[in-house]
Amino acid sequence: MSGGAERDPLTGHMTTGHEWNGIKELNTPVPRIVWFFLITTFLFSLFWWVLMPAWPLGHTYTKGLMGIDQRQMVADDLRRAAEKAPPWRAEVIRLDYADMQADPVLMEQVRRHGAVLFGDNCAACHGPGGTGGPGFPALAAGAWLWGGAPEVLAETIRVGINSDHPDTRVSQMPAFGRDQMLTRAELQTLSGYVVALSALEMPIEVAQGNGYALFAANCAACHGEDARGMVETGAPNLTDNVWIYGGDGETIFTTLFYGRQGHMPRWDQRLSDLDRKVLTLYVADMAEGGHGDR
Amino acid sequence: MVAQLTRAERQFALLTLGLLALCGLLMAAGANDDLFALHGGLILAFAVGLGFLVISGLDAPEPADGRLAEYYDDPSRVAIVLTMGWALFGLAVGDWVAWMLAYPQLTFDAAWASFGRIRPIHTTGVIFGFGGNALIATSFHVVQRTCRTRLAGQFSPWFVLLGYNLFCLLAVSGYPLGITQSKEYAEPEWYVDLWLCIVWVTYLVLYIRTLARRREPHIYVANWYYLAFIIVVAMLHIVNNIAVPVAWNHARAYSAFGGVQDAMTQWWYGHNAVAFFLTAGFLGMMYYYLPVRAQRPIFSYRMSIISFWGITFMYMWAGSHHLHYTALPHWVQTLGMTFSLILLVPSWGSAANALLTLNGAWHRVRDDATLRFMMVAAIFYGLTTFEGSFMAIRAVNSLSHYTDWTVGHVHAGALGWVALISFGALYSLTPALWGRARMHSAWAVEAHFWLALAGTLIYVFSMWNSGVIQGLMWRTYDAGGTLAYPFIDTVVAMHPYYIARAVGGALFLSGAAIGAWNVWMTIRGPAAASQPAVDDRPLTVLAGE
Repeated sequence: MSGGAERDPLTGHMTTGHEWNGIKELNTPVPRIVWFFLITTFLFSLFWWVLMPAWPLGHTYTKGLMGIDQRQMVADDLRRAAEKAPPWRAEVIRLDYADMQADPVLMEQVRRHGAVLFGDNCAACHGPGGTGGPGFPALAAGAWLWGGAPEVLAETIRVGINSDHPDTRVSQMPAFGRDQMLTRAELQTLSGYVVALSALEMPIEVAQGNGYALFAANCAACHGEDARGMVETGAPNLTDNVWIYGGDGETIFTTLFYGRQGHMPRWDQRLSDLDRKVLTLYVADMAEGGHGDR
Repeated sequence: MVAQLTRAERQFALLTLGLLALCGLLMAAGANDDLFALHGGLILAFAVGLGFLVISGLDAPEPADGRLAEYYDDPSRVAIVLTMGWALFGLAVGDWVAWMLAYPQLTFDAAWASFGRIRPIHTTGVIFGFGGNALIATSFHVVQRTCRTRLAGQFSPWFVLLGYNLFCLLAVSGYPLGITQSKEYAEPEWYVDLWLCIVWVTYLVLYIRTLARRREPHIYVANWYYLAFIIVVAMLHIVNNIAVPVAWNHARAYSAFGGVQDAMTQWWYGHNAVAFFLTAGFLGMMYYYLPVRAQRPIFSYRMSIISFWGITFMYMWAGSHHLHYTALPHWVQTLGMTFSLILLVPSWGSAANALLTLNGAWHRVRDDATLRFMMVAAIFYGLTTFEGSFMAIRAVNSLSHYTDWTVGHVHAGALGWVALISFGALYSLTPALWGRARMHSAWAVEAHFWLALAGTLIYVFSMWNSGVIQGLMWRTYDAGGTLAYPFIDTVVAMHPYYIARAVGGALFLSGAAIGAWNVWMTIRGPAAASQPAVDDRPLTVLAGE
């Protein structure tokens, strides 16, 4: 217990005279610098409260002398950005796709902006560089399901595939096995036939036999008599080596058995007209040099 | 444990456990939700397990009356062991999460091991498991020593400690199953929150009753902080967790708050959890173990007062700085920012009070790794509070927010301040409680210190780098008025720093493992040759005045 205040020989300060299990406290005055900063920070706060929106007053609040409000600041920033918009943006809005593709300087800018848009919005499914992945088409391959002309690409991006847009593109591969349209043996024959189609890149008439009859009866309506796909149904070309889900016999069997229904979101609510136009050009550009021929 | 309780107290313990088991049984049997049933089963198993322990000691002889003239340290001893266990668990999970961010395949394609479920196991494990048990262990020890009185309860300290650990267990077992209310640091669902509420109010009553029994005329600073920690955490916990359960027998509940009010309530809670759980409680720890270890008086009683009230008052306003540039009204952001700036002064006051207390004891800091733990903790406390006030400035926040800078900031505080002060306190407390002359291995304390310091520095520096790079990449426009980088580019840029961070975490974890081994060996080691100081017992009469 306290034996009264005593002087600490090291600092020369008195203790408070309290003691707790051997712990004592010096009664050192609060250093001036602490008061200084306490007052300074408080004065700064006071100053800031006068300038900025700060204190609540029932249903309103002190607005501050600067008249600043963050919502207004964002609106102003957006307006200023629009005013300062670089000329290429107006060009993109004004010109049609063919004119833009013919303008290398503009396309330079489109590629730069398109790369960021594609990376942030498309690459998660279609892969960086548009290389695709299981279940997601490789855009760089240029094997278009719905057509590769810029106007068509733009429409796909706008409405999506199997999306909730009223004009959405719709496509569905039926589940031939699960829904008992074909027997397991028939599906095996058919999957072998489809593998052969792309492996040989042969004319369809040559690939005769059992498989051909099954194909003609069940698949040709969507994939075409020549198995080269149809943009009207969004059904892929089966004679090339580009596969969405995989081109081995087992995967094709799974596709035939359970069917497939891909999904691509609509982008009309997420991206501006300008951004979608840039993306269209970027994607069309990406596929150039691929073996897409339509 | 049980032998220290009287027969009536043992029966009361059994009754409490019986009620708890009944609750667990009701939950398990009446659930219309498998996860709720599972948690009911866990509660039942917990209660039955402890029930066996009590029953096995039920017929032990009555404890000697002399125990009431001693301090009651058994709960602290158990809490120390739990503290080290939770430290290893929480840090190990943390390092797993760190590696997972660098190599995402470490989720092993298992839903329960996805990042969003593992991360809260880490945060709850270290904050509540490690930090909370350290606070309970030290607060029980400190309040008795500085009040020179025995804890005001025989059974309630056990109820607080074990009940609190049941809370931690329910929390971390729920996350991998998907039980969460998705509020950061307040993830557990309504029934777990209710349980913590009961436990925490018991803690508060126990603490206040012990303070009221004190044999010293004044209440020591450490107790101000511990009490502030207990009271404010109770308040924060209750308000932020107000929710309406879907049904009494379902794990899910819906928060009473929505939209921006929910966000503000959550960050009022979140920031004050940092303030009163991770700061006030550990300042209490620092104010006792640092001067004892340094054998110096506290630098200034007056600074203690200024800092305590400054921190207590100012922190309450600062939470909105977590919501700069959001739908939160601008005026709330202004208040959050300005109070965060003023807050720096009392925070540095506390850090300075600790460091200036070491004047005249710097040779001990050099020679004694335990005291060095506490000294470095005070420095990190100062650094982190400076950084926190700086990041609360709106313009700075526009760069730092949502980046790894925030993660680095939190860990400078959590590793550098909270964990280091706890280890320093545990290395002081463990030999004292078990009557050992010192820790089993001074060399191991030294190794732990350097591993912890290196790990913290690597962690914090890598996150500063990655955070600033990330923030700058997000806001960089090219000459054509277009954002220069897609998001994925920033992820690629983070990769080397994520590896560095995980290495830092591994160092910190290995230090803690050495610490756990050292604590264990100290507990199992031989008693000190000399008896502990004779005056390490409660005062039976009011001395002096």
